Amino acid sequence: MNRRDFLKVIAAAGIGGIVVMEGLDDFRVEAAEMNKDSNALQAKHWGMVIDISKFQKPEDIQRVANACHQYHNVPDIKDPKHEVKWIWKEDFEHAFAEMESKYLSEKIKTMNFPVLCNHCEEPMCVRVCPTKATFKRPDGIVVMDYHRCIGCRYCMAGCPYGARSFNFIDPRPHIGMMNHDYPTRAIGVVEKCTMCVERLNKGLKPICVEVSRGGIIFGDLNDPNSEVRKVLRSNFAIRRKAELGTGPSVYYVIGGDEEGA
Amino acid sequence: MYNSRKIIIGLVIFVLVAAFPFFINVGKTAQPLQLSLNTPTINQLEKKECIESADYMRANHMRMLNEWRDQVVREGNTVYTSSSGQKYEMSLENNCFQCHSNKSNFCDSCHTYSQVDPYCWDCHNGTKGAGLKQ
Repeated sequence: MNRRDFLKVIAAAGIGGIVVMEGLDDFRVEAAEMNKDSNALQAKHWGMVIDISKFQKPEDIQRVANACHQYHNVPDIKDPKHEVKWIWKEDFEHAFAEMESKYLSEKIKTMNFPVLCNHCEEPMCVRVCPTKATFKRPDGIVVMDYHRCIGCRYCMAGCPYGARSFNFIDPRPHIGMMNHDYPTRAIGVVEKCTMCVERLNKGLKPICVEVSRGGIIFGDLNDPNSEVRKVLRSNFAIRRKAELGTGPSVYYVIGGDEEGA
Repeated sequence: MYNSRKIIIGLVIFVLVAAFPFFINVGKTAQPLQLSLNTPTINQLEKKECIESADYMRANHMRMLNEWRDQVVREGNTVYTSSSGQKYEMSLENNCFQCHSNKSNFCDSCHTYSQVDPYCWDCHNGTKGAGLKQ
């Protein structure tokens, strides 16, 4: 057999093998279909407006954070080196470091801001993820596929908002009340706010929006008639580190009195 | 061949040792695997049937779950229409574990038997209805 014939035989055998393997693959049931829930909430660009006047007291943020963390089985780890957080409290100086001013009014200085993943239009975490574990959905939400996360923490280095936490230790022993309807995470993966995609998929609004007593307005930033756009039309709103070009989808309305204008 | 006696004796001993598990188990039948379907939800079902046929599930549940994972996480598809036309949510917590709430007597017994160690449980804790377990 010469070289030419040998290559032909090998190629034919390879194709034959693939065909046989495909034929043996009985995985797909013919009738099986996988679709979206007909109740699923859909949008082009989900976003949030947070009305700070509804978060005057630290307890207001704590209530929202607790609801989120309990719902998603986020561990409560006291050690700040290991802590995991999806939504938490920050003061103006740290939430809006770029707007720092020597003569900031006392009121603004002492205000509390709930901060969370900004679900950026140009998310740095998605760019740097080597396994595409973090990705952006067509509706603008930046989510993680924990199954793919290898724990390299590039995304944590990339995120300018510190919105990501790494599970340095097994999170399970630190979960107070386990929500059995939602998975936990494992040691060695990064986690963050998911904008409750699992709830949106079923037609429910995010849990923080539901418990915020009107403090967090949720909607489609792409739809001029949506509630978020209405609020943004009539209020001055700021975003965290928008100058970095990440295009954060979470807006803050300080509101209330003269500081809001 | 030099030292043929030693080599042949050594080979025979090696084969005996290596094949020891086969000799010791010859003629014995393996214990048939017992999977428990005794959970409150399954007991209430009139027709004890999984989302697809039991044979299919036994052979393919792992591939099905892999497919579900990608569909749900990456595509946002959450509804599975089975070959019988029934619709199910593609979720371990909100579908599988509702019936199979006895992880240790159902999932684990077969996984242990076949010596597979899926990492599903690292996150999907399978404690639905069974109380909090670590």
